[in-house]
This record gives sequence, C-alpha cells and structure tokens, in this order.
Amino acid sequence: MPSQVTVMVNGSPVAVPAGATVAAALGSAGQPSRTSVTGEPRGPLCGMGICFECRVTINGTPHRRACQTFCEAGIDVRTEE
Amino acid sequence: MLEQFDVLVIGGGPAGMAAAARAAECGARVGIVDDNPTLGGQIWRGESGEAQEKQEAAVWRKAVLAAGVSTFCGTRVFHQSRPGVLIAEHDDDLHVLGYRTLILATGARERFLPFPGWTLPNVMGAGGLQAMVKSGLPIRGKRVVVAGTGPLLLAVAAYLRQHGAEIPILCEQAPLSSLFRFLVTLLRQPKKVGQALLLKKSVGGVRFATSSWPLTAQGKRMLESVTISRHGKSETIACDYLACGFHLVPNLELPLLLGCQIHGGYVQVDDLQQTTITGIYCAGEPTSIGGVESSLVEGQIAGLAAGGRREEAQKLFPAREKARRFAVTLDRTFRLRHELRNLASPETLVCRCEDVAYARLQKQASWRTAKLQTRCGMGPCQGRICGPVTQFLFKWNPDSVRPPIFPARVVHLAAALAGQSDTQTASTLGGS
Repeated sequence: MPSQVTVMVNGSPVAVPAGATVAAALGSAGQPSRTSVTGEPRGPLCGMGICFECRVTINGTPHRRACQTFCEAGIDVRTEE
Repeated sequence: MLEQFDVLVIGGGPAGMAAAARAAECGARVGIVDDNPTLGGQIWRGESGEAQEKQEAAVWRKAVLAAGVSTFCGTRVFHQSRPGVLIAEHDDDLHVLGYRTLILATGARERFLPFPGWTLPNVMGAGGLQAMVKSGLPIRGKRVVVAGTGPLLLAVAAYLRQHGAEIPILCEQAPLSSLFRFLVTLLRQPKKVGQALLLKKSVGGVRFATSSWPLTAQGKRMLESVTISRHGKSETIACDYLACGFHLVPNLELPLLLGCQIHGGYVQVDDLQQTTITGIYCAGEPTSIGGVESSLVEGQIAGLAAGGRREEAQKLFPAREKARRFAVTLDRTFRLRHELRNLASPETLVCRCEDVAYARLQKQASWRTAKLQTRCGMGPCQGRICGPVTQFLFKWNPDSVRPPIFPARVVHLAAALAGQSDTQTASTLGGS
C-alpha cells in the first residue's frame, strides 16, 4: 500500500497519508468545507460524524461527511460554495 | 433482504464491542452496527497514543472477530420500521436489521458551548481535533489552545503534544478546589492514578490554567487567535487551532426513538442493563458518562444477559459499582459554571446548521417553539450540537425525537416508510 494518496480538492491535488479522511485532506489544504446559510466559511467541528459541518461533494455525490470518508486516490472533492 | 439477529448491537465502541463479543460467546447470532468506518468508537479510533490502551482495543477487536459477529461499519440506523426491525443506511445500500434482543451502545459526543467566533474554521472539539489528527490531519508545529472542561482535555493535550503540536495553554473551567477533590478520589483507584501520572508526564510543561475558559475566537476566514478569561483577567493568544469541548453528553436519539425511559439525562436501566423496554438493553455512556472501564463492564453485563448467562453477568456487578462511583465524581468535578451561560453575544450563532443567533432564541419559550419559529435544531445535525447548548443556556428539553434520526437518502426513507426492504421497489416510489 502506498504511504500517500493524492486527492483533488476543488481541482487542486492534495497529498495525504494513506488512511486519511477527506476532512484531514481539507485541513491539509487549508480549505473550509462549506459555506453556511448566511455565508460564513465553516470547517469540521466534531470530527465524528455528528455535526455535519464537514459535508462536501465527493465524486459528484453531495452531502458526504468528509470526516467519515477515507481518501481514495484521485477522488474529486468539492467544497460547498 | 431482512437480516435477522438474536442480538443486535448498535454502536461499535468499547461498550458495544464488549456486548457483542460476550453475547456471541453465548452462542447467539450477533450483529454490530456503527456509523464510523471502523470499530473502536471514539476512544479507540485509529492509532492510539498509549500502549496499554492500544492492547486493550486489540483484545476486544479480536474477541468480536473470533466470536463470529457480523460487522456493519459506516452504517447509520435512522428508523425503526416496526418493533424488532431497524433500518440503516450504508452509502448507497439499505440494511433492514431484525433482532430479538437489542443492545444500545450509542456512546457520547462532546458538549459545545457558543461564544463569539466559535463557528470559525479551526475551532473544533477537543476530541474532534484529536479524531482529525488520528485521521491524518498534520499537526506538527501547529499552535493549539486546548480549552473547555473534562478529563478529555488532558488526554487531548498529551496526544497533540506527542504529535508535535505546541500547546500554549490548557484552560479548564473547573476551579482548582474541584480538581483537587477529584484527585483525592482518584487515589482510591490505583489504575487511574497510573493513567493520570502518565498523562501528567506527557503534558508536563504545558501551562494548565484552572477557572479559565474561552471568551472569543478571532480570525478573518479562519481562526487566528483566542481570548481567554483566566481567573477573571482576559488574555489573547495567537494560535492555529482551538480544541474546545465541555465534557460529554450521551447520544440518546435512538433510545428516545425506541421509547426508552430517560432519567436525569441518561437511559434508565435495571441491574442487567435492560431499559424500560423488555428486550432492549443499554450500555456505556448513554447510561452515565463513566469512561472506557465503565463502558466495558456494562457492555459485558448487557451481552451476557442478552445471551442468557445472567449468573455470569451478576459477577460483574461489583466492578460496575466502582465504575459508577467514578462517573458520579466526573459529573461533580466538571459541572459547568454559570459564567459560561453568558459567553454568547446577541449575534453569536447557537444553531450552526440554520445560523440562528442567540438573540432570536432568547425570545422563545421552549425547544419546540424555537424549532417552529426560528428553525433552530432543524438542520442536518438535527439538534445534536445546539440541543445540549439550549439545554444548558435555557433549560429546554427536546420533547420528541422523530425519524429519520439521521439524514437519509429519499429512496431509503421511502423504503423504510413503506415497510419495504427492497430498494428496487422503493425507487419506483420516487426520489433518489
């Protein structure tokens, strides 16, 4: 198993350790995960799938919780604007 | 498509793993379901810092596997279609899980409290940040202020430090006098003293401030600094992350949905961990916040009772009694001080899903009217974050829990509501 995988976050490559979650990839890239209903940038809060702040679109499927999803090489992650 | 079990366990942390292993060892056909991608719960998530802890996790993981338990990870229970049948979702799959006996081991989550700036990216739970680092977030060289209350803060500070973070300060809201009494109680439990000494060694040199809490977090689009109150004086500290949690609250959504009686904020259970509903047991943090030892012993009792070995379960009662006393001590030591009710400003958001500010909620009479009038608690987290907040700030109690208890795909909802187990049929009902 390779020690690192590369995923695409909003079109840019981000390398993370194998076994990392998408939330960790967003954090490495310094990217918020979503924009709130009043326009605030948000990032992960609970880290355990409860708060839904880290929800992103992964390979076209919206509302995926980044903290509960492992990175796979080449997946396309889009933060909510 | 109905998968039938003698014993179904909801929650794959220490309590759930212990329950599943013991029930299966009694010869029952056992299934275990957890929302997280792997078993272990929050405390045994990913790699673990402490060698002893890691070993204990491995022992239970092996026990679950050896006993032939069917494991459903990354799977969320969102509905009970009829008594004895739970509906769960795993990505694109629907699971219809039947049981004769159910064991609820749904664990706990961190309690958050709102203060100006708490919605900025990089303000996270203390356990939340630890989970993120365990899941691959680089932390080496980052400055992390740790704040809030509870024994978790020390463990998190130690863990982050081991992984190269700089901890400029750890703020514990409890007064020194409470913590001192807590330490005296710990002296009666040699194992816990050992753990505490290990922790102290690993956080040695970190500034540990009692009677201290965060006032505001600042930053443009991300956290840049935190202002804390320390013995009544304010102090601003530049940092990359704020790891902030105010002890734990039990996950009661599923017990409530099933109709289990709640007493004093926890699921009411009898000697054998059975809830007020015959055939439904509960173990671990939902019955009292007592930590991993308490969860393991309660899980084993529930598993043995569900498997029909009551005498063996009874042998564990003394160990549980000891663990329960510790839970009471925890509750007393880390009780929230009243000053924390005044941290939010009128503009501070309380409900992060629907962006509902404190001032709008102040005018409401109850959780129900707040939901109806402001949409507080109506977003995807369904009040999991703001519910405990409003309970502390306004003494509101949620009056009911409605399915789906987790957001679910429309196609799965349709299947669940139709009482059908066939996804193909459900998709003809509409939605995706």
